Amino acid sequence: MTADQPARFAESVPGSAKPDPVLVADDLKRSFGGIHAVDVSHLEVQRHTVTSLIGPNGAGKTTLFNLLSGFDRPDTGSWHLNGGPLVGISAHNVARRGMVRTFQLTRSLARLTVMENMLVANPKNPGETLRGAIFGGWGESEERARLEADELLDRFGLSHMEDEFAGSLSGGQRKLLEVARALMVDPEVIMLDEPMAGVNPALTQSLLHHITGLRDSGKTVIFIEHDMDVVQEISDWVVVLAEGRVIAEGTPSDIASNRLVIDAYLGTHHGERP
Amino acid sequence: MDWVDILKDGVLATIGPLTAGYALSAIGLNLQFGYGGLLNFGHVAFMMVGAYGTAMTVEAGGSFWLGILVGLLAAVVLGLLLGLPTLRLRADYLAITTIAAAEVIRLLIRSSWAEPITNGVFGIQGFADAFYDLNPFQTAALYGIDPFLVTGRKLWVMVVGWALVAVATLFVWRIIRSPWGRALKAIREDEDAASSIGKDPFRFKLQVLTLGGTIGAAAGILLAIEQQNVVPDAYLPQVTFILYVIVILGGAGTIMGPVLGAITFQFLFFTIDSFMADTQSNVGWVGDILSPSDAAQVKLVLVGVGLMLLMVFRPQGLLGDREESLIDDR
Repeated sequence: MTADQPARFAESVPGSAKPDPVLVADDLKRSFGGIHAVDVSHLEVQRHTVTSLIGPNGAGKTTLFNLLSGFDRPDTGSWHLNGGPLVGISAHNVARRGMVRTFQLTRSLARLTVMENMLVANPKNPGETLRGAIFGGWGESEERARLEADELLDRFGLSHMEDEFAGSLSGGQRKLLEVARALMVDPEVIMLDEPMAGVNPALTQSLLHHITGLRDSGKTVIFIEHDMDVVQEISDWVVVLAEGRVIAEGTPSDIASNRLVIDAYLGTHHGERP
Repeated sequence: MDWVDILKDGVLATIGPLTAGYALSAIGLNLQFGYGGLLNFGHVAFMMVGAYGTAMTVEAGGSFWLGILVGLLAAVVLGLLLGLPTLRLRADYLAITTIAAAEVIRLLIRSSWAEPITNGVFGIQGFADAFYDLNPFQTAALYGIDPFLVTGRKLWVMVVGWALVAVATLFVWRIIRSPWGRALKAIREDEDAASSIGKDPFRFKLQVLTLGGTIGAAAGILLAIEQQNVVPDAYLPQVTFILYVIVILGGAGTIMGPVLGAITFQFLFFTIDSFMADTQSNVGWVGDILSPSDAAQVKLVLVGVGLMLLMVFRPQGLLGDREESLIDDR
């Protein structure tokens, strides 16, 4: 599976510095009652990589996503996208600054058609102000967005569904639509929360292909995944969370052999005595 | 029983200014509720501030046209006041705030404290003379095809009222088919999903609340002009609920839904009203068991049954898309 391991660009220690970080988080804490859902002291994400976020259930992966994308507020901490602070920036503005996330439980806009789902994500649409809506002048931007949407839908195998309501798609198709829709925003960083869950194996392969393709076209992908084979296959870097903390990070092969990670997933005492 | 009379009452009420006013107000509510997904349970407040804004301006010595401007601006202010604190919160907060605000405003207007400017429970009369001065029809003459006759005064309000309905419908059609309308629907479907692709739910919801409220205020002004009268107790919460019935009946989130809903509702209501009154006085055994006031109550029961049947057989409303209504939001 791991035929060509990506080049090592940073040390395999939690919170290690990256040569060209696109996203940097410091001292990020979020607790619910007495539970520290997220407690990340330092994390950097290297630009133009596929960085996987893994960890056992309840490790705080989705909470971390929510914090970074502005859907939840941390108790303390700061984080920067391309050096610009994102503290206190609301979710839609985080998206506008170039970091778009998807959701673990798919959120398709059910009573919009597939094409409308795509077009609505067009980030710079003059027809989205009331003035534009009343006086027009958005046709050209719409045409451009439609071409782009056609291309993306084609790439994700959804072209034949473009006039269907998104609510009538299968679960796997909705996942694909959500990723395609996120790409319509043309983000620099795309955060995918378990994009493979519920997608059939054939589509999984093509989705993996898309994800590495995104990296190759200059985007940074951060994604949460449970399937270790998938993680090994496409990640350039893996960050392991457990109980809200980064317990390890490194290349996929580093992580596969990391004692702490195995313990976190399987419990501390496994295998010590047969 | 005189079926022509019954039908005449129904038809005249259906094409009358009251229906136009309700249709116009429902267009505003449909924009908020049908397209924006906002639970505005105080739509009557927008009609009230529109009507009172106009009447009070004229009463204070301003011109009628300035009054209309004041009425519409009052609706914008009300929309902002209601929206700014609530639209960042869950949907139910808007519902609670709007229904309470509508009652608070009505009670304020009718209070003795506000009487010097609102004239309290007695209301304000005769503020729309400037409107009737423009009437191209002869005020007292009868127009129409026998037996469907209306006075020139009423015809003038009807013409203006239905013209406003047409303009508002075109306006809504235009903005809903624009990217703005699409983003609004996206927010109605799932606010978080819309945020995740860079749409600001707060901005869109505030805009649509204010816009729909302003259309509601125009409707309130129209109805006040027709009556040449505003009284606080014409703006009870049930007005809002009748408007919801109209919107849902016609098909929430459709362009023509509120207009068709208003027409259907008014026709049903006034035809049954006329039928019950006629039956009560002319059919012996009905007159024996029902007093005139009983007949009025039975009318409401029949209207309710009629609406229930419509909802059973067409839950998406008259114009709603069946397929669309069957999609479950997850």
